[in-house]
Amino acid sequence: MQSQLPLYPEQASNFAPHVDSLMLFIIAVCLFFAVSVTIAIIIFFFKYHRKEPNAVGIPVHEDSRLEAVWMIFPLILAMVMFSWGAVIYVDYRHMPQDTLDIYVIAKQWMWKAQQPNGLKEINELHIPVGRNVRLVLASEDVIHDFYVPAFRVKMDVVPGHYNTMWFRATKPGRYHFFCSQYCGTNHALMGGWVTVMEPSDYAAWLAGSTGGEANPAAAGEKLFAEKACITCHVANGTGRAPSLNGLYGAQVLLADGSTVAAEDAYIRESILQPNAKIVAGYQPLMPTFQGQLTEEQILALTAYIKSLQSQPVPAKGAGIAPPTGKK
Amino acid sequence: MSKTPPTPAHKFPREHYLNATYGIRSWLLTTDHKRIALLYLASVTFFFFIGGLFATMIRIHLLTPGGALVTPETYNKLFTMHGVAMIFFFLIPSIPAVLGNFLIPLMIGAKDLAFPKINLLSWYIYVIGGSFVLYSFSTGGLDTGWTFYTPLSSVYSNSAVTPAVIGIFINGFSSILTGLNFIVTIHTMRAPGMTWFRLPLFVWAHYATSLVMILGTPVVAITLLLAGLERMFHLGFFNPAMGGDPILFQHLFWFYSHPAVYIMILPSMGVISEIIPTFARKPIFGYSFIAGSSIAIAVIGFLVWAHHMFVTGESTYAALTFSFLSYLVAIPSAVKVFNWTSTLYKGSISWDTPMIYALGFIGLFLIGGLTGLFLACLGLDIHIHDTYFVVAHFHYIMVGGAVMGYVGALHFWWPKITGRLYPELLSRLAAVILFVGFNLTFFPQFILGYMGMPRRYHTYPPEFQVLNVLSTAGASVLALGYLLPMIYLVWSMRYGKVAGPNPWPATGLEWKTDSPPPTENFHVTPEVTWEPYDYKNRPDLGLGAPPLAPAHGDD
Repeated sequence: MQSQLPLYPEQASNFAPHVDSLMLFIIAVCLFFAVSVTIAIIIFFFKYHRKEPNAVGIPVHEDSRLEAVWMIFPLILAMVMFSWGAVIYVDYRHMPQDTLDIYVIAKQWMWKAQQPNGLKEINELHIPVGRNVRLVLASEDVIHDFYVPAFRVKMDVVPGHYNTMWFRATKPGRYHFFCSQYCGTNHALMGGWVTVMEPSDYAAWLAGSTGGEANPAAAGEKLFAEKACITCHVANGTGRAPSLNGLYGAQVLLADGSTVAAEDAYIRESILQPNAKIVAGYQPLMPTFQGQLTEEQILALTAYIKSLQSQPVPAKGAGIAPPTGKK
Repeated sequence: MSKTPPTPAHKFPREHYLNATYGIRSWLLTTDHKRIALLYLASVTFFFFIGGLFATMIRIHLLTPGGALVTPETYNKLFTMHGVAMIFFFLIPSIPAVLGNFLIPLMIGAKDLAFPKINLLSWYIYVIGGSFVLYSFSTGGLDTGWTFYTPLSSVYSNSAVTPAVIGIFINGFSSILTGLNFIVTIHTMRAPGMTWFRLPLFVWAHYATSLVMILGTPVVAITLLLAGLERMFHLGFFNPAMGGDPILFQHLFWFYSHPAVYIMILPSMGVISEIIPTFARKPIFGYSFIAGSSIAIAVIGFLVWAHHMFVTGESTYAALTFSFLSYLVAIPSAVKVFNWTSTLYKGSISWDTPMIYALGFIGLFLIGGLTGLFLACLGLDIHIHDTYFVVAHFHYIMVGGAVMGYVGALHFWWPKITGRLYPELLSRLAAVILFVGFNLTFFPQFILGYMGMPRRYHTYPPEFQVLNVLSTAGASVLALGYLLPMIYLVWSMRYGKVAGPNPWPATGLEWKTDSPPPTENFHVTPEVTWEPYDYKNRPDLGLGAPPLAPAHGDD
């Protein structure tokens, strides 16, 4: 494991080669300017070294054309850097379709990841190679940051928000991940390994290690009854609150006439701040669950609601906006 | 040194600001801007020592992957207190409050600042704020990072956050009052003939800095106060568990703290704009572009703050906007570098110590500024944000840039402040040691960052060790580079050669009076009849030799 002096980490995601090429481009531009200026300074330093103690320099008058050249030329190069960086960033922030969704919860000072089948890992993350993976990031306490140098991506994990990030691993192997937002005493210990596996190995790993782990949807269903959500959110739409069948991913019509997509963040907000967005036709009756549920329980409830996606939607009492012409 | 011509021996002035009155009261109750500058010099040097001590311990600790020196708690406190001491109590006041205070009235031909008593008050405010922070350091320390991100600082941290934020809040008023004083002074107290475009660029830079100080400081002061209130009274401004938004804190914090970088670097750029024409003995190239770029940096600098937040989940459109604006702010900085370099062309360049510092500044600022282009780039920032790349970048700007400028400025104006010269060869050597030590310390950190080492880590994977050892080795060279000037500058106050009013010679008004100046600065109010940095039409400078014949015809 002796390292020499590598200059960049392994390239193991779809983003890595793009980020590295952009890096090389900016290094080239910067070297051009740094070397030109340095050489000019060194030449002037020696060539115009004062030989006579009383000598003065020859005034050279300022030249607006020259000033314009050295404003516009760097500006053009800067705009190339900006645009290239923007392309990568927009790609990174725009979630692709058909992702493998993994929930990641950060707390001082550990990472918990939950695979789609409910398998939980601590400070480890197993993913298949070649598949778009989306991480939904939640924090129990302070701001953390999930960072995989080999993938060249990171995203803050902010309490009170869901942040998402995605990547596609391109090379099987084990890669460091770190917490890169300072989070208190053991910040430096809050890391682990991403294991990128061939899809068949990943499937075998998932199947082989599920022993004893509750399916998150099942755990959510239990919570749904325990917390008495079920008394109002009646499946057939006859309760005081809308039925949640088919809700996940659909558009919800709100009391103010606007609509909102029922994604993770909306569901989370509706649990913690029920009065923030009231579904059209319903009263603001729901109590807040702020402080009564852990992030993990919220994720379990979300998973349960997600599992109701394919359930029959009642004709009345669902809160889902009627389909409009535009998609 | 041997090449300098035999100059007539100067006499030390009989009466000057240092011996006009005696006793501790004459210092603690002084309203002389020059004495207040020296009070600041003593206090910022004190904080520099404290911050430097913490930095030394950090670098020793990072020699081994497991951490060689202290516990994780202590390590976190070390880098936090290093940042707080250095940024709020050394870098921000260093050039403005010490050299700006001393020089602005002299440079514009005034007797003092516009509000001498407020000037003294601002030093006392600084001392009171500093005392709160020292209290925090000595009673539990501070482990939030100098950025005080919530809810870590406002809810979770077990360290002495409250006195620290109160101290920084109080200290903010010191900056605001100093900035206000400078602006009023520059507007109203210029000597006859000292028009705006005859102002030394040092004064322009301080004008721009003062704008940032009075517009930005109130925001950070109130932000930190809110974080303190949240901590003390369990309010919910930033704490998500109470409906607050931790990202709001970051917006408010960086709204000041990004422009604060320009508070640190703009005065330093002003220093370089004085040193280079003096030691090239010709007018600065592109005066109006350098002056205008200071204002442009101050203005655009207010519009780039959210580039610290590209990976917080801020909207893609916000990120695009802030990245674009961050690239724009690079242009005025580039303009300065090109103009400084062009000033050397056909100059009569001496290799005196201030010039070595100025050229060192350009080298380090180039690297610091150019690496900002990497961080402003959205696609790269998702990789290098919050890694050692950032640490290296801002040290190149704030230490390589601002501190090189500060130490260079101390050398340039030391003869004016104390009336005496320091040993020339030793000081050149120290400048080179500082330059080499700095690069050894911080260049490896760029590579560490790109390799993926996050910042604020008390322990790290073994593959990062080689570069960390290099960095620590460099830090010991760097420390030598700082200690040498401290020793010989103090030595020179007693044993240095008498400097005379204008040892270089330089063209500014401050060189038209005695060294050290009399309490009232000038025996007669000066009148300015020359353009800035003009050596050709200044027979009073005693540079008799005709200029060199143009080599290829002047274009």
